[in-house]
Amino acid sequence: MSSITGKSIRDGIVIISTEGYFNKDLGEALKAVADEEIKNGHKNFLINLENSKIVNSIGASILIEIIEDLQSMDGSLNFCNLAPIIAKTFKIMGLTKYCETFENEDAAIAKLA
Amino acid sequence: MKKNPTVELKLPILKDMELVATHTSDVVAKHMNLSEEKSAEISMALIEACINAFEHSETKEDIYIHFIISDENLTIKVIDKGVGFDASAIELPNIDQKITDERKRGWGLMLIKELMDKVDYESDNTGTTLTMTKNKKTDE
Repeated sequence: MSSITGKSIRDGIVIISTEGYFNKDLGEALKAVADEEIKNGHKNFLINLENSKIVNSIGASILIEIIEDLQSMDGSLNFCNLAPIIAKTFKIMGLTKYCETFENEDAAIAKLA
Repeated sequence: MKKNPTVELKLPILKDMELVATHTSDVVAKHMNLSEEKSAEISMALIEACINAFEHSETKEDIYIHFIISDENLTIKVIDKGVGFDASAIELPNIDQKITDERKRGWGLMLIKELMDKVDYESDNTGTTLTMTKNKKTDE
């Protein structure tokens, strides 16, 4: 139902794509991938949520763990292709204070690279 | 049409069962001609209300959801038979604090309040009823 569907690196930015309900399981799967790439020396991440149209606060809370980890190394967590309700949820929670959001991958890479 | 028709749902406490509630709310929202934006806000609030009921009621009993349709609004009641909670003990979360706190969770009630037009809850040691309302008109 929910999974990581892709991981790639463009111009030093780790791009992780998801599919399905962004719940605790998908949040933890995303964190595991992020942790692995942090160990590999990467510190800037772009999460493509094009195929995740719904989120819950438990999944979103795991994103806060990743933000905390990246802050300590001057890294960044960014998002693209957000469904309007996910963008609104992130805004209510205040995630947008610590993360940038972009219309799509190309716009994000153009700014972040 | 019958005055204030009600759709009732009974959910067992199983993984991701909150999505069943959102499928029902989507159908009800379409029936009421609510906008996609309002429908999505209702779904998100309902997910959080179900998760709260699943996780915090400390019971394995089913939860009940009533969707009460009126000309002016949709009222949703999420009812659990759990141990209840002390609303005064709940602190509104703050992202700056959560970034460094060990506990990152605790956003449910805040999201529900922000996404719905009216939210009330009654809670005692026999259970909790969360009542949340979305108005059809944005300016109501």
